[in-house]
Amino acid sequence: MRAFEYVVAASSAAARTLAREVDGARFYAGGTTLVDLMKADVERPRRVIDISRLPLAAIEQRGDVVRIGALARNSDVAYDARIVLHFPAVSEALLSGASGQIRNAATIGGNLLQRTRCSYFRETRWRCNKREPGSGCDALDGFNRGHAVLGTSDSCIASYPGDLAVALCALSARVVVEGNDGERTIALDDLYVLPGEHPERETTLGPGELITAVELRAERLHERSHYLKIRDRASFEFALVSVACAVELDGKNIAQARLALGGVGTVPWRAREAEAALTGAPPGEAAFRRAAETALTGARTRAHNAYKVELAQRAIVRALRSVCGTGA
Amino acid sequence: MSTVIEAVAVSRAVGQPLDRIDGHAKVTGAARYAADAPIAAPLHAAIVQSTIPCGRIAAIDESAARNLAGVVEVLTYRNAPRVPVLSFDFTTPVTEELAPLQSDAIAYDGQHVAVVIAETFEAARAGATLLRIGYERREAEVSLDTARTIEHPEQWFGDDAQPRRGDPERAYNAAAVRVDATYTTPEETHNPLEPSVTVAEWRDGELTVYDATQWVRGTRAVLAKSFELDEEKVRVISPFLGGGFGCKGFFWPHPLIAAMAAKVTNRPVKLVLTREQMFTSCGYRSETRQRVRIGASREGRLQAILHDVLAESSRVGMFVESAGAVTTMLYDVSNIAVTHRIARLDVPTPTAMRAPGKAPGTYALGSALDELAYACGLDPLDVLRRNDAAVDRSSGLPFSSKQLLACYERGAEAFGWSARPKAPRAWREGGELVGWGVATATYPALRSPAQARVTLSTDGLVDVASATHDLGTGMYTILAQIAADELGVDPRAIRVRIGDSSFPVAPVAGGSMSSASVGPAVQDAARRAYHEAVAIATSSGESALHGLPERDVEARDGALRSKADPSRAVTYADLVRLGGSGAIEALGSAAPGDEDERLSFYSFGAQFVEVRFDEELARLRVSRALGVFDCGRILNPKTARSQMIGGIVWGIGMAMLEETVRDPRYGAVVTNNLADYHVPVNADVPDIDVLFVEEPDLAFNSLGARGVGEIGITGVAAAIANAVYHATGVRVRDLPIVPEKLLGAGPAAG
Ligand SMILES: Cc1cc2nc3c(=O)[nH]c(=O)nc-3n(C[C@H](O)[C@H](O)[C@H](O)COP(=O)(O)OP(=O)(O)OC[C@H]3O[C@@H](n4cnc5c(N)ncnc54)[C@H](O)[C@@H]3O)c2cc1C
Ligand code: SF4
Repeated sequence: MRAFEYVVAASSAAARTLAREVDGARFYAGGTTLVDLMKADVERPRRVIDISRLPLAAIEQRGDVVRIGALARNSDVAYDARIVLHFPAVSEALLSGASGQIRNAATIGGNLLQRTRCSYFRETRWRCNKREPGSGCDALDGFNRGHAVLGTSDSCIASYPGDLAVALCALSARVVVEGNDGERTIALDDLYVLPGEHPERETTLGPGELITAVELRAERLHERSHYLKIRDRASFEFALVSVACAVELDGKNIAQARLALGGVGTVPWRAREAEAALTGAPPGEAAFRRAAETALTGARTRAHNAYKVELAQRAIVRALRSVCGTGA
Repeated sequence: MSTVIEAVAVSRAVGQPLDRIDGHAKVTGAARYAADAPIAAPLHAAIVQSTIPCGRIAAIDESAARNLAGVVEVLTYRNAPRVPVLSFDFTTPVTEELAPLQSDAIAYDGQHVAVVIAETFEAARAGATLLRIGYERREAEVSLDTARTIEHPEQWFGDDAQPRRGDPERAYNAAAVRVDATYTTPEETHNPLEPSVTVAEWRDGELTVYDATQWVRGTRAVLAKSFELDEEKVRVISPFLGGGFGCKGFFWPHPLIAAMAAKVTNRPVKLVLTREQMFTSCGYRSETRQRVRIGASREGRLQAILHDVLAESSRVGMFVESAGAVTTMLYDVSNIAVTHRIARLDVPTPTAMRAPGKAPGTYALGSALDELAYACGLDPLDVLRRNDAAVDRSSGLPFSSKQLLACYERGAEAFGWSARPKAPRAWREGGELVGWGVATATYPALRSPAQARVTLSTDGLVDVASATHDLGTGMYTILAQIAADELGVDPRAIRVRIGDSSFPVAPVAGGSMSSASVGPAVQDAARRAYHEAVAIATSSGESALHGLPERDVEARDGALRSKADPSRAVTYADLVRLGGSGAIEALGSAAPGDEDERLSFYSFGAQFVEVRFDEELARLRVSRALGVFDCGRILNPKTARSQMIGGIVWGIGMAMLEETVRDPRYGAVVTNNLADYHVPVNADVPDIDVLFVEEPDLAFNSLGARGVGEIGITGVAAAIANAVYHATGVRVRDLPIVPEKLLGAGPAAG
C-alpha cells in the first residue's frame, strides 16, 4: 500500500468536488474492495474520500418503488422485511456473498462496483489489460477456471464477481447517480460496460460521479424470484456460476420471466433471449432447457472454464424449476 | 505461609479430558505469539521476492525505495552481510542450499531477493513496492509434465526409497484380478492462520530471535552457524504458534534475513511474511503422480502391489514426498515394489506438510484397494480386513501393538456400515445420491531423545521447562498432566514453559513425536524431583514425615503424605524450604533404545465417510465422518480428539478443495491467497466423530503413548473419493474433487 491522502466528505457534492480535484481519487464506503486492492498495490489512489458518513443508508418505500441508499450495509438490506418480501432474490444474493463480517461492512454502492477476482488482475506482477491497459492478458492462456464465457473479448475474459448485481439485473433495478451534470437514473444494465478493447473501463460512471441509490419496483413478478449460487465450498466463495430468476405465471403458462447469470459473464449477464423463450411457454423441463441453451448461446470458453457452460445451464433449469414450483 | 496447592479429586491427570491450560491466555489475548514479542519500537522489514523462476538479477534500482520517508535500509545481495551456505543435516536443518541475499542467482519464483527496512510497517511495505528489480530470465522447467531431470533417491530419512520384496511383476501379471490406476494430487500449501514471523534483536554480540518455529533448537543452530557464533550466544523463543503443520519445522531463510537486518541497522527488526509469501517461502506439499498396480485373487487377497511415485523438488533442496513409504507395511502382501522419482524443477522446495507422504500415499493406495473391491465384487471393508498384516512385512518385525482390526470393527458398528448398499449409485435420499467410503489411516510412531526440567520452589510453584513447542496441539496441557501425576498435584497448578532454546533440549515438533519424546522426559524429571522431595521429607527433622521409609510416602493432593495417615503431610513449598537450597530442581531425560530392532511401531486407524451428491448441480458435500484410531494411550482425550477432527477437516480440504496452482508459463503460484486457495469453512464441515481404541504401547515409551498429530488426515481423501464412487459411480483419480470433475455424473441439461 502506498501513502495516500484521507479526507472525510461532508456532503455528496463535496465528495464529488474532492474527487474531481485529483486524478485517481477513490471513494471509501465499506472499504472491503478498495482497501484490499490497495494492499495488493493494484489500487493506488492519491486521495481516499470517506463517504461512509453521508446520509445515504436509508431503505425507503414510495409507492411501489423501494429505494435502497447506496451506503446501506449488505446485511441490513438482506434482512430488511420489504426486501425479503418483494425481492427474495436480492436478499438471497446478498446472503450468499462473502461472510457475515464483510456483509456488515460492505455497502450496496460499493458492492456494485467491486472489481474482478481475476488473479492476474489482483497482483501487479502479471500482465493485465484491465490494470495496465495494453500490457496483455495473462489469463487468456493461464489459469482461467473462474473466468467468463460470455461477453469476453480478446483483451479480457475476467468475470464480474458479485452476487447482488446479478439479482438486481434480473429484477430490472435502476441506479441513481449523482453526476457531474446533475442526477440521473439508469438501468443497472447500463451501469456496466463490456470489456471490448478497453477492459480498464468497467462502468459508465464519469470521474467523481457518485451512486446514491438503487431502485427496485415491487411487483408480482419480483416476488417470485430466486437466486442460486454454485461454488466449490459451501460458503465464503465467489460464484462459479449463479442464476437469478423471476417468473410470473398466468394460469398454465409463464406470463413473464427474468433471467440473469453470474460468474459466467464479464458483466452481470441478463439473458433476454432466454426470457423471451420462456414467455408464453408452459413451465416445465422442456421450456427450462430451451431457455438454458439459449442463455449460453455464444459462450466462448478457454482451457479451464468450459464446464461453466454446462453447469450454468443446469443451474438455470434448477432455478427456474424451483421458482415455478414444478418440483424435481 | 506457604501457597497451598488446591487439592482436586483427580485420581490421575493423564487420560483426563482436561481443558487446555493455555486456553485462557489464548482467548484473552494474553498469549504472546512471535509477532507480539516484547521488544519496544522494532524496525519493520518487508521482503521482496523474485518474479522469474530461473536466471539472475540484472539490475536493481533502490532509489525510489530509499527516498521514501521512513525507509532506513534496503538489503540485497549487493550489500547484505555475508553468510555461509549450509547443507541439510539434523543439526542444521536448512531446507535449501541457498543462503539468502548472497548472489544474483535466481533458483525459483518467490525467492527472497531484497528486504526493505523501515521505521513503520507501512513504510516498509510501500518501500517494497517501489523497489525496481530487473532480471535476466533463463529457460525454466516448472512442471512435472516436462521435467527432464529425474532422480531416484535411494533413501529418505533413513528409509529405503525404492523398496522391493518378492517378485512383484510376476505376481502382478499372474494375478486373477488386476487394478492399474494413476492418481494425482496437486501441490498444497499449509496456510497456518499465523504467518511466519521473526523478531530479531542483537545485544552485545548476542542474538535473540522470537520466531514462529516448530524447532527452536534447529533455528538456533542454523543462526549460530550462519553468524559464526557459539550456540549459547543465540536464543530462539517460540512459546506459541498459530499452527505450523510442517511449514515452520525446518529452517527457511527469513529468520536469517531478519537477523541480518537487525545486525546491519543495529536495531531490533520485525519481519512478517505476507499471506502471498507464505506460498513460496516455507515449503508446500509436492504434487504427486502415483501409479498403483494391484494384483489379487478373486477373493481379494493381495498378491502384489507396485506403487510408483513421481513428485517434485527444487534445484536447491531435496524433499521426497514419500507417498509409497507405508505401502510396504500396511497390508499382508508378499510381492512389493515401490519407487520414488523426484523431478528437479525450478520451483521452491517442498517440505513436510501434515502427514508428509502418507496423506497422498494413503489416498492412492486407499482408492486402489476400493477399486479392487469392486473388481472382486466385495465389500471394500472386507478387502481391508482380509489383507490385514499381522506383522510388519517390510521388516518382518511384529508390531508393538496394533488394533487396526478393532478400529475397522468399532467403526463399522458405529457408522452402521452393514446397512450399506453394495452397488454404486444405488442410494438416493431427498433428491441426492448418497455414498459411503472407508480407508485405512496410518502413521509411524516416532521418537527422539528429549530432556525436561522440573523445578519446585518455595512459593509452591511447580515449573516444567523444555525446548518443545505447542502448535495449538495441547502440549502445554499434557506436559502438565504428566508432571501432575508424578507429583500428586493439580495439573492446573503447574506452570509449563516451552518454546525457548535455552530450555532443556527437545526435538522438532514434527513427525507427531513431541508427546512421545518429551512426555517421558517430563515424567522422568518429575520423578527425580519427587524422589528428591521424599528424601528431604523423610530425613529432615522438621518434616512431618521424618523417619518414614520412602515406600510409606506418597504424593497426593498437592503434598507428600504418609500412606497410613494422609493427614501427616508436607507441602512441596515447605520441603523446598527445608531442603535449604531455594529450589528442588531435576533434569529428566528420555530416549528411544534398541526396541526398534525387535518391534515395529505404527499407529493405525479407519476412516469412514458419507457424502451427498446433488447430481444436477454437481454439488458434493461430506455429510458425516468418523475416524477410529489406535494411537496407544491417549493422554488427553479432549486435545487428542481435536487433533483428529482437525486432521479430518484437512482431509476434506485435500479431497475436495485445496490446490496450489502454479502457472506453467511462469512457475509462479496463482492461487496465493485464501480467497483462491480454498480451505474448508465451517459450512463444509459435517458432524465428525472420533473414537479411540486405546491400548497403551508400553514397549514404545513409559507413557504408552504414540503421537496423534498427523494420522488424522491419512486415509480421509481416499474414504471421500471412495464414497464419491459409491454415491455416483464416478471414480475421481485426480484431487481435488471439484464440481467440473463430477459434471459427467449427472444428466446433461441440453
Ligand atoms: C473475502 C471477500 C469475499 C467476498 N465474497 C463475495 C461474494 O461471495 N459475493 C459478492 O458479491 N461479493 C463478495 N465480496 C465483495 C464484497 O461484497 C465487496 O467488497 C463489497 O460489497 C464492497 O462494498 P464496500 O462498501 O466495502 O466498497 P468499497 O471497497 O468501499 O468500494 C468499492 C469501490 O466502489 C467505489 N464506491 C463505493 N461506494 C461508491 C458510491 N456510492 N459511488 C461511487 N463509487 C463508490 C469505491 O471508490 C471503490 O472503488 C467479497 C469480498 C471479500 C473481501
Ligand atoms: S482477464 Fe482481464 S482482468 Fe484478468 S488478466 Fe486478463 S485483462 Fe486482466
